[in-house]
Amino acid sequence: MSEQERVLKFHILRYNPQIKGDIPTMKTYEVEEAPGMTIFIALNDIREKQDPSLQFDFICRAGICGSCAMIINGRPDLACRTLTSKFPDGEIKLLPLPGFELIGDLSVNTGKFMRGMSERVESWIHDEHADNVDLDRLEERMDPDVADEIYELERCVECGCCVSACATKRMREGFLTAFGFMRLARYAIDPRDKRSDEEFYEIIGDDEGVFGCMTLLGCQDYCPKDLPHQTQIASLRRRMARVR
Amino acid sequence: MKIVYTDSLIIGGGLAGLRVAIAAKQRGYDSIVLSLMPAKRSHSAAAQGGMQASLGASVKGEGDNEDVHFEDTVKGSDWGCDQDVARMFVNTAPKAIRQLAAWGVPWSRVRRGNREVVINGEKVTITEKNEAHGLITARDFGGTKKWRTCYTSDGAGHTMLYCMDNKAIQLGIQVHERKEAIALIHEDGVCYGAIVRDLITGELIAYVAKATTIATGGYGRLYSVTTNAVISEGIGCAIALETGVATLGNMEAVQFHPTAIVPVGILTTEGCRGDGGLLLDKDGYRFMPDYEPGKKELASRDVVSRRMTEHMRKGKGVPSRYGDHLWLDITLLGRKHIERNLREVKEICEYFLGIDPVEEYIPVRPTQHYSMGGVRTGPTGESQTMKGLFSAGEASCWDMHGFNRLGGNSVAETVVAGMIVGEYVADHCAGNPLKIDTKLIGHFMDREDRKISNLLGRDKGENPFELKKEMQQIMMDKVGIFRNETDLAQAVEELKVLHQRSKNIALKHRISSSNPELVEAIRVPKMIRLAQCVAYGAMLRKESRGAHAREDYPERNDRDWLKRTLTTWKSEDDDLPEVSYEELDVMKMEMPPGSRGYGVDNTIHHPNTEKRVAEIEEIEKAHPDADRFELQQLLNPINVPDKFRGKNERIGRGYK
Ligand SMILES: Cc1cc2nc3c(=O)[nH]c(=O)nc-3n(C[C@H](O)[C@H](O)[C@H](O)COP(=O)(O)OP(=O)(O)OC[C@H]3O[C@@H](n4cnc5c(N)ncnc54)[C@H](O)[C@@H]3O)c2cc1C
Ligand code: SF4
Ligand code: SF4
Ligand code: FES
Repeated sequence: MSEQERVLKFHILRYNPQIKGDIPTMKTYEVEEAPGMTIFIALNDIREKQDPSLQFDFICRAGICGSCAMIINGRPDLACRTLTSKFPDGEIKLLPLPGFELIGDLSVNTGKFMRGMSERVESWIHDEHADNVDLDRLEERMDPDVADEIYELERCVECGCCVSACATKRMREGFLTAFGFMRLARYAIDPRDKRSDEEFYEIIGDDEGVFGCMTLLGCQDYCPKDLPHQTQIASLRRRMARVR
Repeated sequence: MKIVYTDSLIIGGGLAGLRVAIAAKQRGYDSIVLSLMPAKRSHSAAAQGGMQASLGASVKGEGDNEDVHFEDTVKGSDWGCDQDVARMFVNTAPKAIRQLAAWGVPWSRVRRGNREVVINGEKVTITEKNEAHGLITARDFGGTKKWRTCYTSDGAGHTMLYCMDNKAIQLGIQVHERKEAIALIHEDGVCYGAIVRDLITGELIAYVAKATTIATGGYGRLYSVTTNAVISEGIGCAIALETGVATLGNMEAVQFHPTAIVPVGILTTEGCRGDGGLLLDKDGYRFMPDYEPGKKELASRDVVSRRMTEHMRKGKGVPSRYGDHLWLDITLLGRKHIERNLREVKEICEYFLGIDPVEEYIPVRPTQHYSMGGVRTGPTGESQTMKGLFSAGEASCWDMHGFNRLGGNSVAETVVAGMIVGEYVADHCAGNPLKIDTKLIGHFMDREDRKISNLLGRDKGENPFELKKEMQQIMMDKVGIFRNETDLAQAVEELKVLHQRSKNIALKHRISSSNPELVEAIRVPKMIRLAQCVAYGAMLRKESRGAHAREDYPERNDRDWLKRTLTTWKSEDDDLPEVSYEELDVMKMEMPPGSRGYGVDNTIHHPNTEKRVAEIEEIEKAHPDADRFELQQLLNPINVPDKFRGKNERIGRGYK
């Protein structure tokens, strides 16, 4: 923790689309830095002491729930676990995450979009017996390594950083993007999901899917959970290319 | 007036709320879930440690079953729980976890052969059996006889919540996000739904339903330092309280977790100690064995938190600019283990403390963590005083935790209660056609609308952020781990003053749509009332039980206090809740009160305890051939929905 006391300058995009005639402007707020200060702490300080109308979303404030992604000095990242001491000149510019409907200031509506993705890749186990399992009996066995692998791909917190960093997504509205591929890959390796590769192909076997990806890997660079986008996209492509 | 009709309204999209919605939907009832945020961001996602269920597949869980789990849970509760509910819970937990396995949670599995673990500071090799390979495994947690906490690496809550929300999406259950329930609609002891504020447009909407379930999680944010999410503010409990009819149970039962990081209060999971981590003082000395030679670091949470506080009071804490703390040492677990099974902890240490826990100690101190109290319900999950109002999960006082809940028993409660209460919600929908006068809806709508207009119209008054800060500080300083009459009486008085002041909040930013200051202004008076319930209940309870530790009444007093605190708030003009008590009947207990086995036992016993012990012996003697299931039925017959009555299979012992 840095012990020096400095005055940080936050430059924040202010815009409330709920207010007719409001126009986006950058506003600057000064905050006295405290040791161990995160952007979560600083923004709350601004809201409590300077401008109670400032909008942003935090829930867990521990890097777990994925609510607080925003553009921090040009990079998409989770604001709650970004320490202000990371910025040597004390200038911090905050913009809302692009690619999502803006609610106001730094708050964007990720929920609708994320649910859309889950519906599109049908993000659940496809097995007609899943609801008729005899719950008294021993559970179906699973190889411990397979369980671990599934978990590795399920660590996505739906923060949207990969979406905001994806060039293809910007050009093609319906592009599924990296977190959608990751979700699909997670079900594709799960032995409990009985979908065939042909069925997965129906979901991602086109330009809106994995063949539209330009593999520039913005997703890999900015994913705060370090999910293995590069290897998963490559492996999904190989798998899908074999279908047709 | 915008009105949305449904069969089953669920306020809260965490594990409990989603599971109730799924149950009702699967029975054919239309269900709508309300949530402040996307459901997958609910605080359930933060549970890193795991879920208790007595599967007994891992070799360290051998011999485990419902009865052992029951015993741990009742002891853990310091005999404050409802034993019928604890029974329903332990019997159903194995089914709940197996269902989640079928629905997609990638539970960590038993791997056959040798593996190295750390137990009591030493590396030990344990050998997992061949025939258990691939079944759900478990880790050690505080206050449990067996290794019973099932997990997915370091993300149990995350994988459970994602699975549950995905299941809800599969079933087409609507989740209305960024909606906040701010009042219940009710008349003559029947609940008809809620008045809900759209957090984006500010519009008020009436959601009208046959059954309304409160599953809004805990109220940790009544305290200034807590492991809870910033939205864990207890608003669901508060709107139940404000009906003046529904009761809250045991609000003074507030748990402090031993190991949250200093200063920000983010949790490092109990899994750290479960997997072998140690607590050290400023001299690097392992002090827990001196206090609790039996369970050491893995004593029950309330016990460890108190011992840590005692040890710091002896001057053994590590001084820092944020006050004293202790060390959590997980370096002995090794990099490989930490990076797989405690990765979230590692990330938290790196991002928030700038340290690598593989090599350095973690600064920790006991921090507010869990709300045992909440909306009081009977075993079916329905309020005892308001029809059609249900509650499940941390928001409820279903009461399987009594005065202290065991680690891993909470996410387990959310899904088990969700299954069971969900069935009763569906039954309720089946038996109660919706009959409501729109005038009643209009009455509640106007009332809430007027309150908001008043807030927006007031020129000068109190700042809601400041009121909240003051409340949180009072709770932290005076209603914390150790409590006494002087502090509590002061807290009660100071909160009364805050409550008065909260009637005069004025805003700087006076718009009705998306406006964080208005959100705060609506919530803070509700939070202060909840805080008053906690503080006042704590002041009146003149004994120590579980997490409620009175310095001036250090003994557990079953004779006078084997009862549950119930609070109601009858009128807007009152400045304190009304408190009454619900006796726990020793003569019906499957496990009569005894010693938890920590420190000296100075319990003041209940006159019926000996009688009941003798009676149980008689029953056992009279039925020498009864197996454990038959005995349980004799001692504590419980009702669960038929579909959950079956015996649970375990490896190596079948259905025995
Ligand atoms: C850091 C941490 C770690 C934990 N680890 C474990 C563990 O390892 N094992 C374990 O068993 N337990 C653990 N717990 C406890 C456990 O996670 C929680 O008790 C449990 O997940 C609560 O689930 P819930 O469904 O009751 O509520 P939550 O998951 O908190 O969900 C509450 C829901 O209610 C909604 N809501 C709230 N108010 C309103 C309102 N007014 N209107 C509309 N919606 C509203 C929210 O949006 C949210 O969707 C942990 C807790 C914490 C804080
Ligand atoms: S590789 Fe590039 S185009 Fe493909 S998903 Fe990632 S960011 Fe988008
Ligand atoms: S894949 Fe990574 S960046 Fe994308 S939403 Fe998930 S966690 Fe965020
Ligand atoms: S607030 Fe949860 S990830 Fe930042």
